[in-house]
Order: sequence, then structure tokens, then C-alpha cells
Amino acid sequence: MSSPAAAAPTGLRVVAAMSGGVDSAVAAARAVEAGHEVTGIHLALSRNPASYRSGARGCCTIEDANDARRAADVIGIPFYVWDLSERFHEDVVEDFMDEYAAGRTPNPCLRCNEKIKFAAVLDRALALGFDAVATGHYARLERGDDGLVQLHRAADAGKDQSYVLGVLDQEQLAHSLFPLGDTDKPAVRREAAARGLLVAEKPDSHDICFVADGDNAGWLREKLGERAPNHGGEIVDDASGEVVGHHEGTYAYTIGQRRGLRLGRPAADGRPRFVLDIEPVSGTVRVGPRERLAVHALTGERPRWCGTVPSVLEGPEVTVQLRAHGAEHRAEVRVEGERVEVRLLEPASGIAPGQAVVVYEGTRVVGSATISATQRVPA
Amino acid sequence: MSERAVYLDHAATTPMLPVAVEVLTSHLRDRGNASSLHASGRRARRVVEESRETIAQALGCRPGEVVFTSGGTEADNLAVKGIHWSRTAALGEGARLITSAVEHHAVLDPVHWLQGAGQAEVRLCGVDAEGRLDLDELARLLAERPVSLVSVMWANNEVGTVQPIEAVVALAAEHGVPVHTDAVQAVGTLPVDFAASGVDAMTVSAHKLGGPVGVGALVVRREQGIVPLVHGGGQERDVRSGTLDVPAIAAFAAAVEVAVKEQSTHAARVAELRDDLVRRIQQVVPDAHLHGAALDVPGARLPGNAHLGFPGCEGDSLLMLLDARGVECSTGSACSAGVPQPSHVLLAMGSSADDARHSLRFSLGHTSTAADVDAAVEAIAPVVDRARAARR
Repeated sequence: MSSPAAAAPTGLRVVAAMSGGVDSAVAAARAVEAGHEVTGIHLALSRNPASYRSGARGCCTIEDANDARRAADVIGIPFYVWDLSERFHEDVVEDFMDEYAAGRTPNPCLRCNEKIKFAAVLDRALALGFDAVATGHYARLERGDDGLVQLHRAADAGKDQSYVLGVLDQEQLAHSLFPLGDTDKPAVRREAAARGLLVAEKPDSHDICFVADGDNAGWLREKLGERAPNHGGEIVDDASGEVVGHHEGTYAYTIGQRRGLRLGRPAADGRPRFVLDIEPVSGTVRVGPRERLAVHALTGERPRWCGTVPSVLEGPEVTVQLRAHGAEHRAEVRVEGERVEVRLLEPASGIAPGQAVVVYEGTRVVGSATISATQRVPA
Repeated sequence: MSERAVYLDHAATTPMLPVAVEVLTSHLRDRGNASSLHASGRRARRVVEESRETIAQALGCRPGEVVFTSGGTEADNLAVKGIHWSRTAALGEGARLITSAVEHHAVLDPVHWLQGAGQAEVRLCGVDAEGRLDLDELARLLAERPVSLVSVMWANNEVGTVQPIEAVVALAAEHGVPVHTDAVQAVGTLPVDFAASGVDAMTVSAHKLGGPVGVGALVVRREQGIVPLVHGGGQERDVRSGTLDVPAIAAFAAAVEVAVKEQSTHAARVAELRDDLVRRIQQVVPDAHLHGAALDVPGARLPGNAHLGFPGCEGDSLLMLLDARGVECSTGSACSAGVPQPSHVLLAMGSSADDARHSLRFSLGHTSTAADVDAAVEAIAPVVDRARAARR
């Protein structure tokens, strides 16, 4: 049905985006070995690195730029820093703030892939005479019988990052290389060590790269300032309408959240309560029991398709993923122009507007959309 | 790659002169600490003192005025902080420190650090569109308040503009204010005479003139009070401590001697190559424009400096594309965290942030040849076309 795209041309001029971490370093080394002419670049995403995250992880520190440079030395490729800080701020950071202010839960990694790594960087690379961008994402590319490049889940299900790549269109995929898609993480670490890459033991990054210490709420409080829709309000029990606590800003909450509610009064039944709804205008956070989080249908907007635009997708192979590292859910998907209607065969919970719904057929990514509304299972 | 590299970044560092390599290596097996009292120590001390005398002779100062440091950055820090501290002890708090807006970071950063620490009130004197100090503004700043120090570079490292040091000294002298000058780009490329210039302190760096990296000097008048930065042993007349690096100091002296002796022939040869480079680049890229002083004004510009703006390009893209073709130059901008910031020098000269980012510095030196110029001219037009496409 399809053949690995890795069998496709060698000798491309490739830009390897190097974060300073182990994955992108090994990806760059593999691109060299595949016969490509590789140039390493590190993306400077913060104008003022001290104001973003500090420490060894993430993508914004001086240390990371130095780690990337050392990896490029070891691999034996030229290395430059590309300043994408303005674009990153406009397209990713501002969007992140707007979304939280509006009571939604954005995924900035998808946004960065869509707007920065496979758009601003790719455009610049193509204009400068390069053919493709290589990254250390765990995902596989194959060439379909129709000649289109297909994006598939990685061989290592635990590391699979196809979800955050679900925003890439055919043109972007055709100029992408993911050299790690067939390998699991321990093997990548072993390979890094064998290649003499000093980043082999560097810890994985998990948090949002521009938020220091992973403290989303604190970061948003500081950055949103006047733009915050509110700086406090009531936490209301959804069933009884009773005020059960107070908060310091709706932007600090995400649907499905349980921790950090600091409710003054326990629920009547003594069971934990979860965030069900966020209303930025009234400043209200609604809470309730876990079963009230169950969703059986959702609507997506702003769809991005990897290849041919589908109309109806159904059958045992069709699944959706609703957050990074989330589960696969069987679903039926209907596409009506810019709207994507998803019916879940089994209810899912903790689905937050702003997150992406990524649609799969088997291991293949069909495309994605941003969740705009969910339908709760009736009580 | 390194074999066929066309190296046009001599202002960053220039290859060591053969005589400096010879002197450096000849002393690497020497025994003895120059501060030791035995025969080996005395031999080491003799090499240091002969080097000091050679440098003094070449720079027009007394041997006792040469304070060896780890390089230009340390010498700048020592001058700015050391003289400011010494002067505030006399003048009291609130003395002002004046420097130019186009200084190297080795001066600007310590100045801003002093300000941030509440130890100095700083005024940056502006420059004109060619990067030349605004002397009227300097006169006003000097008249306003007690001033601890005026620090103005001899010649700018980015755009090559030579500063009116003589006039700066004259203005400062009216108020009894000492003058420091960072002359790392000037020694060996312009005539530099410490005593004749009238400055009180002057920074020199070995690797900018064909000596090794890691050694330099602050030439400072014996009468000038200066508070040390580095304590512990008092090796350099208690102004600077640390075991002296005998081979590096000897090689530094050898390089200074040759560079100063050959300055005028070197400057004439390099300026001719530079003029050819600028003229031919402007032929193939008609809207490329020179930053800094005009080429035909004698003594207005460093002879090896060609700083050019290429509208519609990112300097970073140009640099990368030229590098891929073996032509090595600089965007001339400071790089913190690898994030290229628009040059503070060009901004001070009135460029917009966008203009400041479309520039390249080619700097020629003693190894530059006509073939280097040919290679750079040949590479530039296609590179500019590509970089322009990348901006669209």
C-alpha cells in the first residue's frame, strides 16, 4: 500500500532543527548518514532568554544553544542560530495567552509546528536553497500509492508525536524528514552515546518551553496583566448552583482539572470535583463530579488536512486523539467545509476546547482541527 | 574548508604573525615564574621586562605604564571601573561616567554594570550618521556635573569610524577629567602614540594585531589613580595580580613591534584592497551602501574595514550563505544567547532596527590578498539574491 519515504531521494540539502536535546541531535546525525547535506540550526525563540524558562530543559536557553552547537560539531555539520523570536511571540505566545484568556486550553506545540518549524523555518530554508527540514519528532513518513506523503504514528507508541504534527499539510510534509520514526527512545539514547553526543543523558522536556518551571497559572497571571478577562471570581457547584470557593483568574483553569481548586467546602457526597466549565466573562468556574466530564461528540474548526480532504470517515480503523499523549478513541468524523463533527463511539472525558482533535485512519494521520465545542453525555 | 577559506574577519581576530608564533613557541619550554627570586625566575622576569620595553617603545609610553592583562576586555574593565572608583573616592558620590554610544561591549557592559549597582551615573554621548562622536554634546556633558572618566574608543570595531581622540582629550582637559581609549582596533592599523595623544589610559589587545589570544595591556599613566580589579600577588605594580604569562607576553611584544613598524605600508596595502572590494561589491549589488566614514577621507576610517548594508536581506542569511561558499565575514552585531540583536552601533548612527540587521562587516588584514577580494565579489551577488528571496 505504501513504501517508506526514507527510500526516497538522498543528497538533499537539509536544515536540521536542533533544540539542544538528544532527539534532534540524533535526527541530524541520521540525516547526514542518509546521504543528505545537512546544516544544523538552533531556533532562538525568546528575545530575552532570561524572561522565559531557565535551566537545562526546554528550547530557549543559552545552554541549549550551546548543547546544539556542540552536537553539530560532533556530527561535523555547520551550525547557525536563526532568530525566530518575533514570529514565535506573535504566532505562538500571543495565541497561547489569547486562548487561555478566552477560557480555552491551547496546545502551543502544535501551533509552533504549524507556524514556526514547518512554516517560517521551512519557508526560509527553501528560499535559502535548502530542500527540507529535519526534526527529532517521533513520527513516520511514507509515500502512499497516490504519490502523497503520509504521516504515521511512530514505531515507539510511548514517544509517538504524530499528534503535534497533525497540523502539517501535504506541502509541509513533502519537505519534512523525521529520521527517528522507526526507533524507540532508549535506542536513540544509546545511539547518541555511541556517537559521542554529550546530550545522550539529557532529560526529556515535557513542559511548555516558554513557561518557566511549568507554572502556567503564574506565567499567565504575570503576562496577561490587563488582558486577563478577570482576576478572580466564584467557583460554583454546577448541580446545586452553590458557591463553593473562589479563584484568582479563570485563565488558571482547564476543563477536567482537579488539582488546585482549593474548595472551601467538600462536596455533599465527599467525592472529588473537577472543572466542568470556564466562563471568562462572568468569571465563573463550574465544578462537578467526574462523570459530568463525559463527552460523546465534539465540533472542530480550522481543520488542517495532511492530504486529500475527507468527507466522512467511519469504520474500525478510524480513531481520534484529543490531547498530547492521550488515548485513541473510536469515532465517526464528518467534514463540512471548515467544520468537523466528531461522534465518539465511547464517551471520553476531560476534553477542553482549544485542544486539537487529530484524526487517524489506522496509524495514518488524516488531519486535525481545533476543538470549539463539546457535547456532554446527558446527566 | 579551512584550506580554501577566504578569511575577511580580521577585526574579530587576525592570524598570528610568523614572528609571534616563533617567539611564543620558543618560550613554551622556559622554566621559572617571573616573580621568583632565583635564576630561572630572573630569566623569566627579564623576558617580561624586555617585552614591556619593546611595547612601550612602539606605543610611545614609558615601560612602567604598561600593565599586562588577559586581553582587551580585562583592560577595558580595569580602566572603566578602576579609574571611576579611584576618582569617586576623590570626587565623592554622584560623579558621572561618560562614554560613547558606540563603544565595544567590553566598555559598555562594565559601565552599565556600575550604573545598575548604583555606583555610577552614566551618560552615553551620541554620534553622527557616520559614527563620529558628537563633540558639542560631549562638551555639554562635561560642563554639567563632576565627571569621573571619559572613555571613547580610538576606532570603532564595527563600522571602522576613527574617533576625534585629540578633541576629546582637549575637552576633557578643560575640566581635569581623565580619558580612557579602547585602541584595540587602532594599534597596527593607524598611527598610535600614547604620550602624544594625551590620553590617560589605553587598551591594547595582542590578538587583534597578530599576537596570541589571551594577553593584552592597559597602558595607564603612572600618575593616574586606579583601583585594581584582581587582587592576589600584586605582580603588575599592584594594579593587576596573577602570574605573568611569559611566552604570551613575549609574543605580544614581538607582534606589536612588527605591527607598529609596518603600520603605514600595511594600512596602505589593506586600504587599497578594501577600496577595491567596496567598489566592486557596489558594482554587482548597486544598492549596497557603505556604513561609516567615506573611503576617501584620510584617517577617517580603519583601513581594513568595509561595513556594508544590503537592503532587503537578513545579515544572518548573508553570513550563512557566504560561509557555505567559503567566504568568512561577520554581521558585526553582538550575539547574546546566540540571538543576533540589531547592532547598537548602527542604531546609535540612526539606522532603523531593520536596516541594522541587513549589514555585513568585511575586515581585511595582513593575510588578505587580491584573490580574497575576487572571491568575495564573485560570491556576493547570488548570495544577496537568495537572501532577499528568503525575506519575502
